[in-house]
Amino acid sequence: MTDAPIPNAISERMARSPHGRALGLELVRVAPELVLKAPYKPELVGDPDSGVIAGGVVTTLLDFACGWATALALKEPTSIATLDLRIDYMRPSRPGLDIHATAYCYKLTRSVAFLRGVAYDEDPSDPVAAAQAAFMLDSNAGRGPGANLEPPRPRAKRPS
Amino acid sequence: MTPGQAELDAMLARIPYARFLGVRMELHGDEMTGVLPFAEHIIGNPTLPALHGGVIGAFMEMTAVLQLSIVEAQQRQPRPVDINIDYLRSGRPQDTYARALIKKVGRRIANVQVEAWQETRRAPIAALHGHFLLSPRDAGG
Repeated sequence: MTDAPIPNAISERMARSPHGRALGLELVRVAPELVLKAPYKPELVGDPDSGVIAGGVVTTLLDFACGWATALALKEPTSIATLDLRIDYMRPSRPGLDIHATAYCYKLTRSVAFLRGVAYDEDPSDPVAAAQAAFMLDSNAGRGPGANLEPPRPRAKRPS
Repeated sequence: MTPGQAELDAMLARIPYARFLGVRMELHGDEMTGVLPFAEHIIGNPTLPALHGGVIGAFMEMTAVLQLSIVEAQQRQPRPVDINIDYLRSGRPQDTYARALIKKVGRRIANVQVEAWQETRRAPIAALHGHFLLSPRDAGG
């Protein structure tokens, strides 16, 4: 296991994510495993008849958790981006309860990190959803700040 | 009867998370296009800047659920069972669109594919496929 990094640095980086702030995400701990929390908010309800938080919020929370687990596994900080994400929704979360997510990196290669994650409301052994993800490392690959404000780079014509 | 734009708007207006993201659905004939207008609060990476991947996933999932709801009347909102999302391009700070294609509707489960794009539909930024649990209105349970 790697040393637990300074949670402050992680919290600061997380606070820089506008969507993380909009959801009110909190970093609960980074050791022995990473745990994030999405507080229950009425505006995040996906099914007005049941009051259950939207599946999309669980997806986003697990994506965040996998991203931060990747950041924790890396020796040198680098840009990362989700390559793919699979989510199994085992049961609806209980209305009124916060949702937690934990994730760990089980393999790190030069270009890709492989992760597993779980979301739960109260009990980690009674999960709401599970995630399997792959993240690209050095995803900005030379694109500097503001790169996405430029129009897309022209590409060679696709074979038809 | 298939719901029209007014019913679709009413369905979305009842979903707090759809309002939180600012998602709209536009119906032209029997084709529905999801619209995720750009907003500061859906950015995940402020450096590039890029839309949060989770939001793009959530938007595609919502497009699948609403496409299913307009195709067949449901007792409850269709629920995702599992989804796979492939991220193809970084989401630029601009409006994003999505269309869902229902591959199969069974008695209880539907298989749906969704693609999201920005500049052109030929260059999708993400794709989703997944299974959704149905509760058809005529099945009694």
